[in-house]
Amino acid sequence: MEINILAFGIAKDIFGASKVTIQLSDAATIAELKASLEERYPKLKQLASYMVAVNNEYAESNLVITERDEVAIIPPVSGG
Amino acid sequence: MQTQIEIHTEPLNIQSCIDWVMSPDSGGIDVFIGTVRNATKGKTVLKLEFEAYNKMAINEINKISKQAFKQWPVQKVLVHHRTGTLQVGEIPVIIAVSAAHRDAAFEACRYIIDTLKQTVPIWKKEFFEDGEVWVAAHP
Repeated sequence: MEINILAFGIAKDIFGASKVTIQLSDAATIAELKASLEERYPKLKQLASYMVAVNNEYAESNLVITERDEVAIIPPVSGG
Repeated sequence: MQTQIEIHTEPLNIQSCIDWVMSPDSGGIDVFIGTVRNATKGKTVLKLEFEAYNKMAINEINKISKQAFKQWPVQKVLVHHRTGTLQVGEIPVIIAVSAAHRDAAFEACRYIIDTLKQTVPIWKKEFFEDGEVWVAAHP
């Protein structure tokens, strides 16, 4: 399946775009998504940390994603 | 229990935030105003750029506000956050809390800004004379 991923902050710089598409096997988990992204964008591993949000909620690594989900990469936040 | 949460691309208005939380049954209002500082660790900051994942940011601030209402007897909670380019002295965030008694307002206001900084998907980039950096991105 194809997953569109929104990127913010430094993740946008690492991807070189505010949105990228990656291919994943059906019923892939957040952990698989992260592994696939880190292979394509090794600089992600240099971040202090990063989270994945699915449908505007922080997601656990065992969550299964579908093509209909809104997926976003959340690098360390620094608002306020 | 009333909450107003907004993310703005235009300058925030302190007075309108205070007006919104004011009510006859409040005995006090606590206001936190974040401002852009001119230096980080001794290096001159020229400006900041804020970016937000708007929908999720509002969602997360809503959770923080709900938690504040659960923990303290507060009456109104307002959180306004800026995005875009901000110059030194400009205001990225205003938090205003009203309550019957001041302890609740002080404590809830502090809880909201402290938690916002930890969980809300908003990012700032600092611009220095010799480069720019996303705050907190790297260890």
